[in-house]
Amino acid sequence: MLDQLKRAAADALAELAAVDAEAELAAWRSRHLGKKSPIKTLLGGLGALDATERPQAGREANLAQRRLQAAFDERRAALERAAHEASLGAEALDVTLPGRLPRRGRLHVSTLILRRIAAVWAEMGFQVYRSRDVETDEYNFQLLNFPPFHPAREMQDTFFTTEPDVILRTHTSPGQIHVMRERCPEPIRVILPGMCYRYEQITARSEIQFNQVEGLAVGPGIRMSDLKGTLTDFARRMFGPDTRTRFRCSHFPFTEPSAEMDIECFLCGGDGCRVCKRAGWLEILGCGMVHPVVLENGGYDPGRYSGFAFGMGPERIAMLRHEIQDIRLFWGNDMRFLEQF
Amino acid sequence: MRVPLGWVRDFVDVELSPAELARQLTFAGLEVEGLEFVGLPLPGDGERPECKVTGFAWDPELVVVGDLLEVEPHPRADRLVLAEVDHGAGVEVTVTGAPNLAAYKGQGPLPVPLKVAVAREGALLLDSAQKEPTPRRLAKAKIRGVESRAMICSEKELGISDRHEGVIVLDADAPPAGTPLADYAGDMVLDLDITPNMVRNASILGVAREIAALTGAELRPPSIEVEAAGPALDGRLEIDIRDPQLNPRFTAMLLEGATTGPSPYWLQQRLLLAGQRPISNVVDVTNYVMLEMGQPLHAFDYDVLVERAGRSGAVAPTIITRRPEPGEKLKTLDDVDRELDDFTVLVADTAGALSLGGIMGGQESEVSDGTTNVLLEAAAWDLYNIRRTTLSQQLSSEAGYRFSRGVHPALAGRANRRAIELMRRLAGGVVAEGMVDARARPLPRTVVELPAAEVERALGVPIAAAEAVRILEALEFGVESAGDLLQVTVPDHRLDIGEGTIGVADLIEEIARIWGYERIPETQISDTIPPQRANPEVELEERARDLLARLGLQEVVTYRLTTPEREARARRPGAPPDERRYVELRNPISADRRVMRHELLPGVLEVAAANARQRDSLALFEIGPVFLPADGEPLPREPRRLAILLAGGREAASWDRQEPPSYDLFDLKGVVEAFAADLQLPPLTAAAGDHPGLHPGRAARLELAGTPIGALGELEPAVRSGYGFPFAAVLAAELDLDRLLEAIPQRFAAVAVSAFPPVVEDLAFEVGEEVAAAAVEQLITVAGGDLLREIELFDLFRGEQLGAGRKSLAYRLTYQAEDRTLTDAEVAGVRRTVVAAVERATGGRLRE
Repeated sequence: MLDQLKRAAADALAELAAVDAEAELAAWRSRHLGKKSPIKTLLGGLGALDATERPQAGREANLAQRRLQAAFDERRAALERAAHEASLGAEALDVTLPGRLPRRGRLHVSTLILRRIAAVWAEMGFQVYRSRDVETDEYNFQLLNFPPFHPAREMQDTFFTTEPDVILRTHTSPGQIHVMRERCPEPIRVILPGMCYRYEQITARSEIQFNQVEGLAVGPGIRMSDLKGTLTDFARRMFGPDTRTRFRCSHFPFTEPSAEMDIECFLCGGDGCRVCKRAGWLEILGCGMVHPVVLENGGYDPGRYSGFAFGMGPERIAMLRHEIQDIRLFWGNDMRFLEQF
Repeated sequence: MRVPLGWVRDFVDVELSPAELARQLTFAGLEVEGLEFVGLPLPGDGERPECKVTGFAWDPELVVVGDLLEVEPHPRADRLVLAEVDHGAGVEVTVTGAPNLAAYKGQGPLPVPLKVAVAREGALLLDSAQKEPTPRRLAKAKIRGVESRAMICSEKELGISDRHEGVIVLDADAPPAGTPLADYAGDMVLDLDITPNMVRNASILGVAREIAALTGAELRPPSIEVEAAGPALDGRLEIDIRDPQLNPRFTAMLLEGATTGPSPYWLQQRLLLAGQRPISNVVDVTNYVMLEMGQPLHAFDYDVLVERAGRSGAVAPTIITRRPEPGEKLKTLDDVDRELDDFTVLVADTAGALSLGGIMGGQESEVSDGTTNVLLEAAAWDLYNIRRTTLSQQLSSEAGYRFSRGVHPALAGRANRRAIELMRRLAGGVVAEGMVDARARPLPRTVVELPAAEVERALGVPIAAAEAVRILEALEFGVESAGDLLQVTVPDHRLDIGEGTIGVADLIEEIARIWGYERIPETQISDTIPPQRANPEVELEERARDLLARLGLQEVVTYRLTTPEREARARRPGAPPDERRYVELRNPISADRRVMRHELLPGVLEVAAANARQRDSLALFEIGPVFLPADGEPLPREPRRLAILLAGGREAASWDRQEPPSYDLFDLKGVVEAFAADLQLPPLTAAAGDHPGLHPGRAARLELAGTPIGALGELEPAVRSGYGFPFAAVLAAELDLDRLLEAIPQRFAAVAVSAFPPVVEDLAFEVGEEVAAAAVEQLITVAGGDLLREIELFDLFRGEQLGAGRKSLAYRLTYQAEDRTLTDAEVAGVRRTVVAAVERATGGRLRE
């Protein structure tokens, strides 16, 4: 009997080792663990045994039964694992295929540079003030100390409209008069961003419309040294903490003294390169102390108040930063250009 | 302005290196754009100026002054000559075809050798056959059998000018043969960008004065002594100024018995280096003194004036400066017959107009080769009127350039004396005694009181009074100190210094720029901080941009200038034309940019059409102003608009989805709704409506709380194909951004998330086609009351079961209370109300 038990168990295990499919496994289970399995059958013959052999035979039979169940469980888990792995393998993807790009919206490069400039000035206490594109000759020129037929008007080729004395602003400086007249006698610290227009041929270097950001500080004690300090701070924040600046004498009718601010070329660090045309310096903005006539036109007594003003071209700054060779790209709006920003 | 440094050195000693000179002038406001070296060595790497440097150096050993001893015929070529030249280290025979040597041919040894520029074998010269400067080394050559080891040079070969018709013949007082030519004729030319306020420095003397002030060197102004030996001019010329405002001063001097001919070489070379072509001694002197002192001059043939005076029986000519007679014309030196404006000032005589005052001479009275009696004019003109005239006549001239920026009347007398004496020395003859000087409007001297404290108040740094005085005096201001006050008298060569506070600012700029902007420290503003303000107009616009970009749209920025025709392309055939006025340019630069836009959409459509070639999907927006003239107002309104455009694939095509579904109207509507929701705006209502550019059956007018705020829809097919779009549909919206942003609430309350379970059920209504979905939704929303939390149309169905003209709208309703779990009875009650409301109002029925 014990021999028979051992043989039956050994046969069943050998058979199980060969099973490698779900259906076969079920068949093996009903054959060897079911009611009519060889071990159950042998167990059924237990009563025929001698009473002294019976307990041991019973134990052996139960042991064999448990061993077969354990072997079955293990086999089933192994088969399931194999099947799972096989199915994962079948699901494999070529992960080197390109990803599907989501639809991304972006801001125009001019908006981005305007925001960057505005953000730096905002932290320095200069708030955005906007005024209109279509202006009077009075605000665009006369109140800014350009009388009619003044030679300095030559520097700003103007689009005139069919309405007498109405023009497209050539700079955002009319905003200086607007903001002064609105706020006098408060101190003022504003930047004046906006689109300007010049009567120019559209070429790689010149456009009929372009953004400008002017700035204006007016108060009882604003000095040219403040202008230098403030604009140098701006340059360091805009172009890098080690940026060096220099101020050259220049001329704008609405400031006096007037200056051009250059920054050390951020591409070559001043050694001279293509971008700075070998000079090592880049012309970045015009600036100066607000002309007494302009202060007065804004309502401020030039004997008691002073101020500084500055103006820069965001597109020019973007062109320098990103080595853009052609200003026409800005309003051309080619997606292949805009999507780079 | 091109400034030969050799000429500047007539008036000031210059010790600075070229780089340092360029730097100091640039910082003082005379921007040096370039340095051109003529014959002199170019600066080395360590001494490189920051401006553009060009030029061509002459080898001191090989390019020298030579003595031309004899000119002989070439044995085998009629047009060539053999020129025997002593170059200091020997005599060479050179071969040349220079026409200006032909006259000396066959005369045997010249009694006085001609001074010429000689290049010896091995010298680097510019190839005269090339248009661009091309250096070439002079080699031994055999020209028609005659060997030559040297060459007599033209200006082009030495880079002095592009003249190549003959060889340079130097003045007789040139140094001995063998002297390096660069030592004698080499120079450096500064190319200056003169700002409009600094026209006094569009002159050699002006630049010399600046250098003197910058370096502390002494200024030596040019001599204005005249050797006048002729009969007095008085009585032989009258001057009649009719408009003293426009012509404050007119001076005239007379040179009699002059011989017109070429100018000496030194003068020709200076003119050439300054960018002027030599013409004849008489004309060259007027240009020379204009360049030197900044005062334009004009030379008349006095005999012509006398002859013209004779026509009306007068013996002596009368110069009349006046405005034109009606219809009067003048033929100027540039051969143009000019119609004259009533503000033009003419220089005329009794026989008619002679020249355009201060701008350009007329043909009849100009000096010619035969002129012997020269009347020299130096006058002063109103700068604004000159500029107005040059603009109106579209005429630019050296004189007009200077006068339109302001030339002080005092200069006229000095320049006239300087020029007549120079002309006498160069052309011979006798200067008539005296000057006829009509001072119609004498200019008082400007005196400015400059308090010393003002300098520090403006600049933020104290400048010692003595230093300020030194600077002002170097610039020829008269200065008297009275305690803390400087009494500053403006020199009589400047019109750019004002009076009172303006004059103070003008003087402070002068002090600052010469003292050095670089020496002004950098400080932080320590002034009062202005009152702080909210800036919603700007902040909300930027927020709108961010939200639109977040919705997947690319921002574009288009031209604000367009044409009515371009805007009309965005209107469908048969749509009513846009009859609103435009802001229109009087001087457009091109025909396709001549009015300010009325709409954003046409510009965005153009951008989309241009990009449709590269992109199969576009999602764009633009924010910006449009320009709408208002009746009775000189300035237009400039409301802000928003345009959105969608076209092509809803998503980018990819390797497994070649043709993704295309955008349709409801994608655009979804974008607009999401945008409005993100701005916390109340819901927009859309109703079918007409729009000139949109498909009449696929356009919606949008309203916000009863106010129209724009339209959206599908571009009308004819408009779409007009732009050549390859897409089946182009969706577009144009919204009134100002109104949208104004409607944004200051704040909003968040809605609590209920902890109690929702009840969700679906209701489908069968209604007629004419019933708008929004109407059904509105009925459900109102009837559903507070317990109806969400409503979503999840199916739209048409089919045979419903019959023609019917549709089924299936809604998913979510009921929920904040404070309890809803009972079946409560939900059933709401449902009954909803169904009854929809059925009653639409005539439809609930589908079971």
